[in-house]
Amino acid sequence: MAKHGAARDDSRAHGSLRGTALRGTPPKKSEALDRLIHERLRLGIVSALAVNESLSFSDLKKLMSTTDGNLSVHARKLEEAEYIACTKSFEGRMPKTQYKLTATGRRALERYLDHMEALIRATRDR
Amino acid sequence: MRMTSVRPLRPPPAQEPPSLHLRAMDNLAYIRDTMEAAGSFTAVSGWGMVAIGVLSVGVAITGGRQGSPAAELNTWLAWAVLSPLVMIWAMVRKARAARMPLLSGPGRKFVLSFSPPMFVGAVLTLVLFRAGFLEAVPGVWLLLYGTAVVAGGAFSVKIVPVMGLCFMGAGVISLFLPTVWNPWIMGAAFGGLHIAFGIAIARRHGG
Repeated sequence: MAKHGAARDDSRAHGSLRGTALRGTPPKKSEALDRLIHERLRLGIVSALAVNESLSFSDLKKLMSTTDGNLSVHARKLEEAEYIACTKSFEGRMPKTQYKLTATGRRALERYLDHMEALIRATRDR
Repeated sequence: MRMTSVRPLRPPPAQEPPSLHLRAMDNLAYIRDTMEAAGSFTAVSGWGMVAIGVLSVGVAITGGRQGSPAAELNTWLAWAVLSPLVMIWAMVRKARAARMPLLSGPGRKFVLSFSPPMFVGAVLTLVLFRAGFLEAVPGVWLLLYGTAVVAGGAFSVKIVPVMGLCFMGAGVISLFLPTVWNPWIMGAAFGGLHIAFGIAIARRHGG
């Protein structure tokens, strides 16, 4: 899995489908591509959490094969959008960060899946 | 006068960028791979297990009233045919809802590990039936079903192999307790364990 630049695409966190916006016709909200989870690492975090009740920071780091800094930056973006919820605790003396997908995050992933499937269908139907 | 060659600021791309649908397919594959690697997706349907559990309780009650071990075995054989159909239907529904292929990497491994002990169970049932040793059938079924679930569960969520171990334990108990206990143990294991673990799987792992 490729490592991802931490600070890329910050300005597009909640943007609309770029191609459509450039053509001058703003997309309907339901059709908008969620740029927040379109980024690979964030998409990976949301996908992994969608099939787990919760995952620790180290679980996600191992799964995504990424660095601490990179993961925390992307996880924070998802947390700010309330796509994931974060709980911090201590296991003995060791701090433990646990992530969980929220209902908003699950809906966002479902919308994203719908969007990808619609794109594939549209091409096939052509 | 010497002139320098003019180069475009942005050289033309060497190849066409991948089309939108190819990117979309790549994204879907990435989501599926991540879900599989995260290892917690289980195609095993919790609600399917609950349905099988309820069916098992019904069979345990009616089977116990049959009078003869052979008639009781027939009731359980009908259950053994119906239950996989219920589970396959529930698994297909769950995989569709999660947009996961049923026989993706872990799913395929689950089936390949689950099937051999089940096949052995079917063969041993026939052998025990021909030998007239029907009293051992419940224990053998529970033991081998448990083995199949443990083996298949190695590629699924942790709760699945734990359930398999419980079935194996029930099988051992059944083989060493007096045979009058068999209908109760079958009902408690195939009914109770399926319902309890089914609810847990459904709540924790999406249905």
